Amino acid sequence: MGSERERLQAMQPALLHRARVLQGIRRFFAERDFLEVETPVHVAAPAQETHIDAEPTESGYLRTSPELHMKRMLAAGYERIYQLGPCFRRGERGALHHPEFCMLEWYRAGTDYLGILEDTRALLVSLDSVFDVVWKRVTVEQAFAQWAGWNPVETYDADRFDLDLVERVEPALAQFSEPVILTDYPAEAGALARLKPGDTRVAERWELYWKGVELANAYSELTDAVEQDRRFEQAAQERTRLGKPVYPLDQDFMDALRAGLPPCGGIALGVDRLAMTLFNATSLSALLPFR
Amino acid sequence: MYTASDLRKGLKIEENGDPYVVTEFQFVKPGKGQALYRCRIKNIKTGASFEKTYRSVDKIGKPNLEEREMIYSHPEGDQYVFMDKDSYEQFPIHADVLGDQRYFLIDDMEVSVLFHNDLPIEVSLPFFIEKEVVDTEPGVRGDTATNVTKPAKIDNGYEILVPLFINQGDIVRIDTRTGKYADRVSKG
Repeated sequence: MGSERERLQAMQPALLHRARVLQGIRRFFAERDFLEVETPVHVAAPAQETHIDAEPTESGYLRTSPELHMKRMLAAGYERIYQLGPCFRRGERGALHHPEFCMLEWYRAGTDYLGILEDTRALLVSLDSVFDVVWKRVTVEQAFAQWAGWNPVETYDADRFDLDLVERVEPALAQFSEPVILTDYPAEAGALARLKPGDTRVAERWELYWKGVELANAYSELTDAVEQDRRFEQAAQERTRLGKPVYPLDQDFMDALRAGLPPCGGIALGVDRLAMTLFNATSLSALLPFR
Repeated sequence: MYTASDLRKGLKIEENGDPYVVTEFQFVKPGKGQALYRCRIKNIKTGASFEKTYRSVDKIGKPNLEEREMIYSHPEGDQYVFMDKDSYEQFPIHADVLGDQRYFLIDDMEVSVLFHNDLPIEVSLPFFIEKEVVDTEPGVRGDTATNVTKPAKIDNGYEILVPLFINQGDIVRIDTRTGKYADRVSKG
């Protein structure tokens, strides 16, 4: 008990810093007329994604992201919404991972992933002037050509992509002191992003890296219900192949998509990782009081 | 077989038929990508180490390892004979497996021997032994805080570096894990 007391007390500066980041986030969105919303943490149907596992409960699952509910609100006419809250991902534990973490997600109707990039830059600059520099931008195609020696956009190989991203590309991005936007992922790695009109080999998805740490994932949101259905089905098959549980399909979300989701951009940002990296720490243990 | 999620520092696994120990471990996972387990693994037999990244679907071999308590008996050429404490069975272990540890063996010393597929691959000695210094330059009184050292030999010819104040006949403690002088037990 003595060492827990010391441990928690030593964490105070980091926790104060993290609290300020949260205050800054709320202030930023209030100034821009975004509505803070709270959608269910306990859900019947988590999004079906190949490599994201949900924590099951006796009657459902803990959410891995608030995305599906927030998109239902967008479909109902809400144009600027954000949410701060816990997300849960089974089996993810490490310096940069904790099975329960704080996610910031925001969506803006009438824009795309480039508009969201502007929001992101403005938000981060408002939190700390260290972000007020030119951000580096590199496409997945360029990054893999330079640091991995092949083109996943032309010929996708999931295992090779995941391995090279972690072994070669991410370490290369860590050498830059400024934030880096890794953009235009291969269509097969598009997740819930729409394909680029004019070049359907890529999805309109970018990720923000800073000091080598993955901080955020943004999309021009997929609004095509048929394509979304196909992707969920494919993920279900992949999960079965990998021996992972398959989740029920969120029919309410699919109904909203079929009724019509306006063109919009959205983003998921890891608040704990952002605060950690701003605090110059390299492990979430620096600011999660109970690991 | 182990699954990748079993991996952790200190786990003993099998790769290419050899036993390895995980010396470094890191969980990495890009948001939408698969979980990867980056490890540094060390060959217990050869000491060679390399990096390997496992995917969550990978299965990893469990080595057939057994640890047995034994007692050192005597040398026989370039082998050293140990006796199993329970079965009294005699086992010769080659100098290559012992390395410099062969200079720290004392009659009836209790050791722990790691067997892989019934072959001895690693011997764990008590952390410290006491040995008499049989040959060294005369001791010089002086500042015991300095790091200046001089060579000294123990009975089997093994050489260690000792502080300047050590004399022939002194009993010293040697750390068997590093082969280095630890402290003086008594003066000769």
